[in-house]
Amino acid sequence: MNASLADRNALLARKLIIIACVMGCFGLALVPFYRQICEATGISQSRVVAQTASGSIDPTRDVTVEFVASNSNGLGWTFEALNPIVQVHPGVVTTVRYRVVNNTGRKVIAQAVPSYAPSLAAPYFKKLKCFCFDQQTFAPGEARDMQVVFVVEPDLPTDISRISLSYTFFDITAEAGGKG
Amino acid sequence: MEAAHAHAHDDHHHAPAGIGRYFTTTNHKDIGSMYMWFSLIMFFVGGFMALVIRAELFQPGIQIVNPDVFNQLTTIHALVMIFGAVMPAFVGYANWQIPLMVGASDMAFARMNNWSFWLMPPAAALLVGSFLVPGGAAGSGWTLYPPLSIQGGISVDMTILAVHIMGASSIMGSINIITTILNMRAPGMTLMRMPMFVWTWLITAYLLIAVMPVLAGAVTMLLTDRHFGTHFFNAAGGGDPTMFMHIFWFFGHPEVYIMILPAFGIISHIIPTFARKPLFGYASMVYATASIALLSFIVWGHHMFTVGMPAAGNLFFMYATMLIAVPTGVKVFNWIATLWKGSITFETPMLFAIGFVSLFTIGGFSGLVLAVTPVDITLHNTYYVVAHFHYVLFSGAIFSIMGGAYYWLPKWTGHMYDETLGKVHFWLTAISFNITFFPQHFLGLAGMPRRIPDYAPQFTEFNQISSIGAFLLGFSQLLFLYVVIKCIRGGVKAEAKAWEGAEGLEWTVPSPAPYHTFETPPAFH
Repeated sequence: MNASLADRNALLARKLIIIACVMGCFGLALVPFYRQICEATGISQSRVVAQTASGSIDPTRDVTVEFVASNSNGLGWTFEALNPIVQVHPGVVTTVRYRVVNNTGRKVIAQAVPSYAPSLAAPYFKKLKCFCFDQQTFAPGEARDMQVVFVVEPDLPTDISRISLSYTFFDITAEAGGKG
Repeated sequence: MEAAHAHAHDDHHHAPAGIGRYFTTTNHKDIGSMYMWFSLIMFFVGGFMALVIRAELFQPGIQIVNPDVFNQLTTIHALVMIFGAVMPAFVGYANWQIPLMVGASDMAFARMNNWSFWLMPPAAALLVGSFLVPGGAAGSGWTLYPPLSIQGGISVDMTILAVHIMGASSIMGSINIITTILNMRAPGMTLMRMPMFVWTWLITAYLLIAVMPVLAGAVTMLLTDRHFGTHFFNAAGGGDPTMFMHIFWFFGHPEVYIMILPAFGIISHIIPTFARKPLFGYASMVYATASIALLSFIVWGHHMFTVGMPAAGNLFFMYATMLIAVPTGVKVFNWIATLWKGSITFETPMLFAIGFVSLFTIGGFSGLVLAVTPVDITLHNTYYVVAHFHYVLFSGAIFSIMGGAYYWLPKWTGHMYDETLGKVHFWLTAISFNITFFPQHFLGLAGMPRRIPDYAPQFTEFNQISSIGAFLLGFSQLLFLYVVIKCIRGGVKAEAKAWEGAEGLEWTVPSPAPYHTFETPPAFH
């Protein structure tokens, strides 16, 4: 009786350990699953490739686009939007500029990451040209103006009249240097 | 096996003497007591941090701690209270009560049980000790959201390690509890005749096994982002901090039910005892508990209504969350129906149980308010949320822990506690709790954000009321400590069945419960 209880206990414990391991794998599987969901629904924030505009223009609508600039922790330079607010008609190709001044006194390789608010506007905001597509290298003390060429698609839902686009610059000198 | 069993018996026939026994003990009662004491100590540690927070918030401006330390205090207060106080207290109850309630001689894996407990003090030392390292403790909030948790110093690593250790302890404890419940019940105790506390812990243990590994995975990814160049959550490398929030809350929401289901179990024992009626709707209680547990897996998004999920997602999480009110309502109405036409007496455990039903329901109701997406977008990260989760965790989980302590102290110590002091403790706690947390609803509705050491001057009065209540609440708990110690040291001798209306196998053994009980399975009918 005792032996069989010990055996039954050990068997049940093994099953429970398997459940725990499966749930651990499930937690890790959420990573690719999450990426797929974001891609499928178009709210992915990691889209950093040039896109093309569909071409039609809707002159009856005005959309306000705000440009925000911020630096990640410890990146000692100036980063600002030179055209912080622009009014555009959906479909019109527009260019805005950002200015960076590297005050650090060392060479910095940095990557800008865009983020949209509301995020539902992201699929309708097409970037034709953007400094965020590439890693940017700045010499010590270098100042540079950089462009974003974008178009807001005319099929943007009508309840969205204002879009904020925020760029955050991350210092990736160590990692980019490490890769050679 | 028979021989080994008999041998083990010889070694531990009587309770071994000396403090050293606690390091090696495999006795479920010893381990249960250690969990309880550990929990009470952590409760005072976390409570001390809460009082520093409330002292800082007594006036607008920065007086006592700088904003960094303030963030560290809110972070570690939460982690200590969740993982150090509430969860170990319930595991302590499980250790003491489940073998007694199902008629088993001990937990299924007695040696692993010892290991589960002794993992806790090192984890607590890592958490609390992280205040002493350069840069201070983790200040990212208990949710450890990136990017703050990626940028922090070595204390974040200590916190992550502590979470790993406590998670391992919880999983081992849960395996032990499930095995004990499923394999070691007295003959005749079918699943649907188990005491309610055993049922709630069975379901809680499954929740723990399901979500603790997910949390371990999430914090492991944080660790590799911090030290091994991965980019799961690091936006610079294409990672997404929002993904951490999804994974974290997939753990985090079941976690809040892990902290309340055993409380439901304890209350379901106290109310029938002092109403002198069987629990109303036993089967519906079981199914309600299971429904709450299942629903808890599909509502995590209600913690993140403001991150920009599509409207369909927000609506799904809103409706799923509101659905949880149905089984919870079933439980509350069953408790009230148990009281109906009962011959009720108001001993201290019953006061805590009735306090639980009234105040937890307020917390549940404010949870329902927060479940409404457009309302939550306004109230997100305000003191309304702080008020809500303290109503469900303090007047929910902690009230049940204290009520349960008064209820079973006669069984554990062999003495009745001091009834007058117990009642004084209840009223001080219940009144000062409401003074502390009720005004925080108003602060939240008026827009005061949480986790900020300073505030606009128009919030001063309600903050002062709240701080005064908090100090009263904190110091009232010293009375609880005194009552417990007094009860251990002496008092009126408790009978085997310490309460007139009590039912269950634990009341068939003498008080105090002997070191070894149910060596042969008892008759259950």
